[in-house]
Amino acid sequence: MSSPSSYYIPHEAKWPIVGSVALFTFFYGFGTLLNGGTWFVMAAGAALLVFMMVGWFGEVISESENGAYSAQVDVSFRMSMMWFIFSEVMFFAAFFGALFYARTFSGPWLSGAGEGGAAATNAVLWSGFDYVWPNNGPEKLGGAYKEMSWLGLPLINTILLLTSGVTCTIAHHAIQAGDRAKMVRWLLATCLLGFLFVGLQAFEYYEAYAHLNLKMTTGIYGSTFFMLTGFHGFHVCMGAIILLIVMFRGTRKHFSATNHFAFEAAAWYWHFVDVVWLGLFIFVYIL
Amino acid sequence: MSTAAAGHHEHDHDDHGPAKGWTRWLFTTNHKDIGTLYLWFSLVMFFIGGGMALIIRAELFQPGLQLVDPLFFNSMTTMHALVMIFGVVMPAFVGLANWMIPMMIGGPDMALPRLNNWSFWIMPFAFTLLLSTLFMEGGGPAGGWTLYAPLSLQGPDSFAFVIFAIHFMGISSVMGSINIVATIFNMRAPGMTLMQMPLFVWTWLITAYLLIAVIPVLAGAVTMLLTDRFFGTSFFNAAGGGDPVMYQHIFWFFGHPEVYILILPAFGIISSIIPTFARKPLFGYASMVYATGSIAFLSFIVWAHHMFTVGMPLAGEMFFMFATMMISVPTGVKVFNWIATMWRGSMTFETPMLFAIGFLVMFTIGGLSGLMLAITPADIQYHDTYFVVAHFHYVLVPGAIYSIMAATYYWLPKWTGNMYDEKWGKIHFWVSTVFLNVLFFPMHFVGLAGMPRRIPDYSMQFADWNAVATIGAFGFGFSQLIFVWVVLKCVKGGEKATDEVWEGAEGLEWTVPSPAPYHTFEKPPAQFS
Amino acid sequence: MSLILRVFVAAMLLVSIAACTGNNMPVGVTPISKETYGLHMMIFWVCCAIGAAVFAVMFYSMFMHRKSKGAKPADFHESTLVEIIWTAVPLVILIAVAIPAAKTLIAMEDTSDAEVTIKVTGYQWKWQYEYLDSGISFFSTLDAEHNVARQVGSGVDVSKFDNYLKEVDNPLVLPVGKKIRFLHTSADVIHSWWVPDFAVKKDAIPGFINENWAFIEEEGTYRGKCTELCGRDHGFMPVVVEAVSAEKYDAWVAENSPAKITIADSGAAAGAAVTATADADDDREWQMDELMATGEKVYNQACASCHQVDGKGLAGAFPAIAGSAIATGDHDAHINIVYAGKPGSAMAAFAAQLSNTEIASVLTYQRNAFGNNVGDTIQPSAIKALR
Ligand code: HEA
Ligand code: HEA
Ligand code: HEC
Ligand code: CUA
Ligand SMILES: [Cu+2]
Repeated sequence: MSSPSSYYIPHEAKWPIVGSVALFTFFYGFGTLLNGGTWFVMAAGAALLVFMMVGWFGEVISESENGAYSAQVDVSFRMSMMWFIFSEVMFFAAFFGALFYARTFSGPWLSGAGEGGAAATNAVLWSGFDYVWPNNGPEKLGGAYKEMSWLGLPLINTILLLTSGVTCTIAHHAIQAGDRAKMVRWLLATCLLGFLFVGLQAFEYYEAYAHLNLKMTTGIYGSTFFMLTGFHGFHVCMGAIILLIVMFRGTRKHFSATNHFAFEAAAWYWHFVDVVWLGLFIFVYIL
Repeated sequence: MSTAAAGHHEHDHDDHGPAKGWTRWLFTTNHKDIGTLYLWFSLVMFFIGGGMALIIRAELFQPGLQLVDPLFFNSMTTMHALVMIFGVVMPAFVGLANWMIPMMIGGPDMALPRLNNWSFWIMPFAFTLLLSTLFMEGGGPAGGWTLYAPLSLQGPDSFAFVIFAIHFMGISSVMGSINIVATIFNMRAPGMTLMQMPLFVWTWLITAYLLIAVIPVLAGAVTMLLTDRFFGTSFFNAAGGGDPVMYQHIFWFFGHPEVYILILPAFGIISSIIPTFARKPLFGYASMVYATGSIAFLSFIVWAHHMFTVGMPLAGEMFFMFATMMISVPTGVKVFNWIATMWRGSMTFETPMLFAIGFLVMFTIGGLSGLMLAITPADIQYHDTYFVVAHFHYVLVPGAIYSIMAATYYWLPKWTGNMYDEKWGKIHFWVSTVFLNVLFFPMHFVGLAGMPRRIPDYSMQFADWNAVATIGAFGFGFSQLIFVWVVLKCVKGGEKATDEVWEGAEGLEWTVPSPAPYHTFEKPPAQFS
Repeated sequence: MSLILRVFVAAMLLVSIAACTGNNMPVGVTPISKETYGLHMMIFWVCCAIGAAVFAVMFYSMFMHRKSKGAKPADFHESTLVEIIWTAVPLVILIAVAIPAAKTLIAMEDTSDAEVTIKVTGYQWKWQYEYLDSGISFFSTLDAEHNVARQVGSGVDVSKFDNYLKEVDNPLVLPVGKKIRFLHTSADVIHSWWVPDFAVKKDAIPGFINENWAFIEEEGTYRGKCTELCGRDHGFMPVVVEAVSAEKYDAWVAENSPAKITIADSGAAAGAAVTATADADDDREWQMDELMATGEKVYNQACASCHQVDGKGLAGAFPAIAGSAIATGDHDAHINIVYAGKPGSAMAAFAAQLSNTEIASVLTYQRNAFGNNVGDTIQPSAIKALR
């Protein structure tokens, strides 16, 4: 552990309060929108949030480039990123939990399998409902639909994301060897793969809505499908944007063989998104 | 990185005191400032949440509806709990962590000072959002703090705002916890091993992990509520293949660890105070650490004890019953260790010690009623009655709240440099303790006799004890004004405190001057290296 | 010391007195409730014993080891042996408690071989009882007088009621000496059906059925409550069970099956003859004042909890009927929202809950009360046509 006396402590932090106001505006606006109001307040909040992030990260980047951060500060950053990713894992765990619960418990119960009141549940309330996965419930909410096959787009997307994990690692090795230009090239590839993934995902959603009648409202299958893939897609977007920023910083001659925490943080995040996708691919699409 | 720049920063903040003017508080990155902000915030919230409790108690003073509409009553119950848990106990503990952890581990500040500022400044905004729902058309949330689907989905316009307020507070909690983890791992004085850390630091470390693990799960749960209501998903709707009980599982996977989040830092505080006033080192330090860890671990596998009546498979009920009973073992170890610390000590009973002993006795009562609740067949009778309300107020009020008051009296001289008024501190303790038991003890009786919770009106047979409880509530509530007065008086002035403050106190925080200077341990303390 | 001791003894005495005078869990009248009571008292005394031991040591230490008495601090701070002991001893106690608890639990879950099956459905805020064996079906709601008395500012002295908030219009009638199986479910939100004397408490989950059972050993009236928060009037949906001998029960069934007991006839206690609204009545032309009279009754019983007695509703939660576009507009929309309800809101479908006359009269009432002077009637025949 290095000596704490060189630990960098900013004197003033003006961005957090901007962030709080931004979040407040965003949430308040979102609530208003959901209750049938305007989208305007929410958009203003989102814009302010982006402004805050640009300003805040800008400040951190310039401090970092000015050498304000000791190795110990670097460790703090690393730990925070790690545990932040862990918290994200738990966020997804809630939705995976919902998926598993619906598949192992509620579905079978509704179809009469299981102890306690399951048989009566089926006989009295939902007679005729046989559990299969996927399903949209005994009332067939949303009507007839087709399930999303794992062959085709999802498989391509899996390959894309896995490849992007490789390109990301190549970029990492490059910066570790001090080759910034190579890092930028491979990062560019990673970002492109990432955005391609998001594009294809959007296309898949279009397919689902337009041709398969698979929607958020398609019972529990549609619910879990869109909730999991939706939040994942959102995270891919964020990850790709972060990588893009890191790439631009690379073109500005930021980072060195020993000092490239931002890159690593972005890369960790990217791998996390990758792993979540694997889980999704297996449990949402294949099984 | 240029060494020149790094060298410059080395001395940068040595000569800095607090900034001038009110923006000091808005922009501060100083752990003590932020700790202070958290503590004041929590005190204000305590009166708001307590005010709601008094509305509840006033309506329950007599049978028949006298004061409020049942819907408003339910929304008071809901808000009271949300405010007390998320707005009082959690921020108070984070405030104490901010103040004390860097001082206890010999670090210069929190690991991420800017983020620290944000963690705090989210809170007033999040609670503005939450409390504003009370003024919306249709009123605030009225489905209980557990927000069970599908009842909560029926909520009025305020529904979406409540969900977002929870997301908002969650962001603060997760960021705050990450900061605490990073601080504890990365900012300790050179040479200080984990097993040399004070227990308050240990309990907070474990609490922070609980928070990081479960707050996102809560966020997920309420997000599904949101989409069920507004986007047509059917997570909690059987017609679409979902299940309302699924919400409860996800909620309590968060909810049970949450109640330990509300008590572990309290254990840390008590473990600091009892040795000081017994003038004897804490008994069984290592086993305290392991016990805390075991409680945290077990807290993840007992959640369904809140759901014994929902119709789980028998094996599930058995498992959750046994696992829940197991938690009593490590908790018992803690209680026994505290008593062993007192044993053959040389005790004095200043206010912090009084509150610590109050904690010990009444938390144990609450814990034992928790053990009764763990017995599934019996819980089927206790569930959703005032017996449960009695249980959790015994662990929360003389538990969590008393620990916070004990901590305040204990460290106040260090924070302000002045001694608080011992006589009034003691009066505060005794008056509170008497009223508190008048308030909550009768709830055991009415609960066993069959009074359900979350009802604004009740049958005649419960009338007497409810009247008694209400008297206790007002007595307890108003005696907290003594606390405010003692604290304010101490902040303003008073007899100067010594650096050590307490005769038997041990730990780094007592080696710095009183009041603690704006920056402590810019040079790490030497005794560990 | 002696003062504290006296306070302690006084407190224990108070607790014991409190425990003896109806402040404890009822022993109940089923084998399970008796077992549960036994478990409760056992764990209670175990906790008391642990508490007494722990506090005795603690208070002893506080009196003997105080600085003012000149106590010098010892400096021991560890002992693996005692740590092991006080981990192991509680563990043993817990195991000893867990075994009988598990036995009772297993017995509770065994719903096999029941002789009578009752389906209990929770509604906001009433219960529906369906005797699956005999086809009897009816709703059970808070007694009308209590319902008036419990309104905010009603001015009624509620202490005059013997069973304030524990009286219903139509109690559930059950036989003693038979194993009765309950099927719990709900039509809207989660409720929980609790009769303390049976130790039966089970959540009513919409879309699912939970099972439970009771074997009642003594005749009598047993009262309980809904115990899961279910909205505004959660506190006002009591459960009343009349347990009667098998012969009386059979007679009651014979007399009533397969009739529907409806709100309009409410007040008919168990055992008394309950006549359902004759279907033939639906076809005749009803007069305005007849409809209004029945309508008011039905409205206050079935609708007022949300839309309020004065029809003003509660802003944001329940719309006003006074001046409502639907209630003063064309018949179809008005009939439809009451007949079919509005999915996703608290407005339930009343088709199954009310008879044709009741629906027609409450609709007519809504159209002509609270200053809604539409002036027309809706006839039972119009509702009958929908069925
Ligand atoms: C600070 C918060 C806190 C704490 C610490 C606890 C601690 C415990 N709680 Fe509690 N609980 C709540 C807060 C808390 N609880 C809340 C808020 C609710 C209601 C939520 C809601 O529905 O709104 C609740 C509800 C609740 C229920 C659900 C009741 C119901 O709704 O039906 C149950 C059931 O098992 C339970 C059990 C326990 C147990 C076994 C412990 C144990 O951890 C207690 C352990 C302690 C001891 C046992 C005492 C000390 C030990 C000894 C002296 C050693 C000797 C002991 C033995 C030999 C056993 N709690
Ligand atoms: C840390 C948590 C915490 C704390 C500290 C408290 C503190 C108190 N609580 Fe409770 N409570 C809960 C957590 C907590 N509570 C939870 C989780 C629930 C369950 C909710 C649910 O069912 O969903 C609950 C539910 C609950 C109920 C049951 C409601 C119901 O089921 O319908 C009741 C009833 O008496 C109650 C009462 C009280 C009282 C009297 C206090 C007292 O200790 C409060 C002390 C009072 C004050 C501090 C007031 C001070 C005010 C003044 C002096 C007046 C001046 C006022 C102003 C200046 C504004 N609480
Ligand atoms: C559990 C609460 C509840 C009960 C009981 C209830 N209603 Fe409603 N009612 C509602 C709610 C909520 C709405 C609003 C539905 C919506 O539009 O989302 C509503 C809407 C209505 C409307 C339409 C009003 C308008 O202008 O939108 C009518 C008419 C109505 N109810 C009639 C009745 C009648 C008749 C009864 C009794 C037989 C009744 N309600 C019982 C909750 C209830
Ligand atoms: Cu029905 Cu509470
Ligand atoms: Cu719990």
